[in-house]
Amino acid sequence: MINMKRRTFLKGTVAAGAVGTAVGAGLLTPRMVMAAWPSAAFEAKSVDSVLDTLLGSHELEGSDKISIRAPDIAENGAVVPVSVTTEIANPESISIVAEKNATPLTASFLLGAGAEGFVSTRIKMGQTSSVIAVVKADGKIYSTGKEVKVTIGGCGG
Amino acid sequence: MNISRREFLQMLAVASASGISLSACDSDSVAQTGVKASAKPGAPYELPPFGNVSLMHYTDCHAQLLPVWFREPSINLGIGDMKGRPPHLVGEKFLAHYGIQPGSREAHAFTYLNFVEAARQFGQIGGFAHLATLVRKVREQRPGALLLDGGDTWQGSGTAYWTKAQDMVDAQKLLGVDIMTPHWEMTYGADRVMEIIENDFQGQIDFVAQNVVDNDWGEPVFPPYVMKEINGVPTAIIGQAFPYTPIANPGYMIPDWSFGIRDDRMQKMVDEARGKGAQVVIVLSHNGMDVDLKMASRVTGIDAIMGGHTHDAIPRPVVVDNAGGQTLVTNAGSNTKFLGVLDLDVRNGKVAGYRYHLLPVFASLLPADPAMAAYIDKVRAPYKDKLAEKLAVTDELLYRRGNFNGTFDQLICDAMIDVQGAQIAFSPGFRWGVSVLPGEPITFEHVMTQTAITYPTVTLNNMSGTRIKEILEDVADNLFNKDPYYQQGGDMVRVGGLKYSITPAATMGSRISDLELDGKPLDPDKEYAVAGWASVAAPVEGRPVWDVVAEYLRDKKTIHDIELNQPTIKGESGNPGLA
Repeated sequence: MINMKRRTFLKGTVAAGAVGTAVGAGLLTPRMVMAAWPSAAFEAKSVDSVLDTLLGSHELEGSDKISIRAPDIAENGAVVPVSVTTEIANPESISIVAEKNATPLTASFLLGAGAEGFVSTRIKMGQTSSVIAVVKADGKIYSTGKEVKVTIGGCGG
Repeated sequence: MNISRREFLQMLAVASASGISLSACDSDSVAQTGVKASAKPGAPYELPPFGNVSLMHYTDCHAQLLPVWFREPSINLGIGDMKGRPPHLVGEKFLAHYGIQPGSREAHAFTYLNFVEAARQFGQIGGFAHLATLVRKVREQRPGALLLDGGDTWQGSGTAYWTKAQDMVDAQKLLGVDIMTPHWEMTYGADRVMEIIENDFQGQIDFVAQNVVDNDWGEPVFPPYVMKEINGVPTAIIGQAFPYTPIANPGYMIPDWSFGIRDDRMQKMVDEARGKGAQVVIVLSHNGMDVDLKMASRVTGIDAIMGGHTHDAIPRPVVVDNAGGQTLVTNAGSNTKFLGVLDLDVRNGKVAGYRYHLLPVFASLLPADPAMAAYIDKVRAPYKDKLAEKLAVTDELLYRRGNFNGTFDQLICDAMIDVQGAQIAFSPGFRWGVSVLPGEPITFEHVMTQTAITYPTVTLNNMSGTRIKEILEDVADNLFNKDPYYQQGGDMVRVGGLKYSITPAATMGSRISDLELDGKPLDPDKEYAVAGWASVAAPVEGRPVWDVVAEYLRDKKTIHDIELNQPTIKGESGNPGLA
């Protein structure tokens, strides 16, 4: 059942909106979604409370074993491609947080044992912000960040 | 002898291999120091060949088929680490840095100094017919040399707009362009770009861009690079399109493509090309020079980045250290004013030495190529009368280029306020657009060189004072961010009506202050009528900006006493990028 849970969780976290699809397609019953969905973390208004709610602590340890790939300037703030790779052994989860979003948690992936430390998604950003990749492994929380600029556009060259 | 490429480049950098050759032919200027005259007196374009691999490079010609006046900037501020370093030097600081004699031909080509008198003395610069003569001459001196076009070729004139770039596409083929990379090309839409590549360019011009991928799968849209054998030396030319095309220009015109700097993929392409036997790796870039310099420090294995976008005309390459050795960065100006010539001496599979010249294309010194001249006449014929319409006469120098405002932009802002009944006008900080000398008529063609884009509609919106400040802050951060990877390479939006101060070295959100309209502070909550053009958000119906400007000029008849609305610049006195 662990695999099933991870699958439902992933479905539910793909940049929001996918829950409806999964439910509509008959893949999940609403009760299953709600059971797997950490709604408090996704509704939390600050990075610290996201981390406290989701991971039980906001004590982050900077790590050079996490790399985050995202545009320097977003082409479209509504769909910003972000991927995270980590070499940390036995990652349990990878979460992506956009600091300045009204609700900063944009995605959280639970990884099964032996999973490769790589996730890729598209997130929504309201304004220029640091995007933080948070990896939980062996009870510790590691992170790295990258600034992604959201601009009005125009006026180039 | 076992000297590494790195050592060789260092030696050569010290020996300063660059040379501006034209001073030798200018009888008015005395012998100068610091710049090697590498040509014979009286034959300014007779460059002795060097090495075995040569690349010619022009960029950002903005569809200028005819010779132009083009005033270089008097304000080109460098912030943070970029302060006072090429390309952020203007006027006398620029001349002193490169050892160029004040009052010389080169001083006129490379700086704004004494622009009107020097323009009258030395004549117009550029144009495809004169450029074609120079290209042919260099090719004769250097058999096998490639011609690289850095992009922004299809946009910037009435004829390019009306023919959907066909005039420039055929001109590129006639000129003998071998390889190009894009920016404004994209504003004709993805379908038109592909049509030209698949039909007109087929078998003749390689269109390369390593940093454009499709949105769905991240797969490359264009060939990232092309391998060419130059005198037996395998040479890879990697394309780098303008990274922020879908942001600075309308993304809806290229909805399926994603850009970005992508220097990780650049590294992969360099390594791949080296793996396939490339002895020389050149990046043909539309990054903008500050981005080129940063990229050169991060990616290894590139011999030279030959760049454009920011319209910087830089006489000598900047030699950038990186983990794998050194990379040359050149930038070749704009508006057909210059042809860059990079000569490489490749021995035992490595670059052992180089020479670089950035040659100003003085029309009076290079006879027009007859075939190109005839082509230009023909392609312009259907539009000639419309272009030649004299809208007004100017008593002042009209120009655009510079970080904050130019007199031609002021006219555009004045026209929008006047014709549309706005309180405030915004005009984009483009770096193209030619100059008009005092006493000359302002023709419809001049207006088109300032405005010819595929999304020219004027807009009139109500905006709050808060929103107006946000827009100014946003554009200022695109220009003055301390990290070049966050810059977009345009100049500051031009502002009519509204006064403000700017502190370029401050951070996002705190650069703009002292906003004032008609002597009163701008009210953050009040709505103001703001005119603009070139909206990138979505297609808008309405009048093209050139109609509005033409109407204003016809009405005015003479242009004089332009009140140039420049912001107060704070904290930059002594910056060598500020005249």
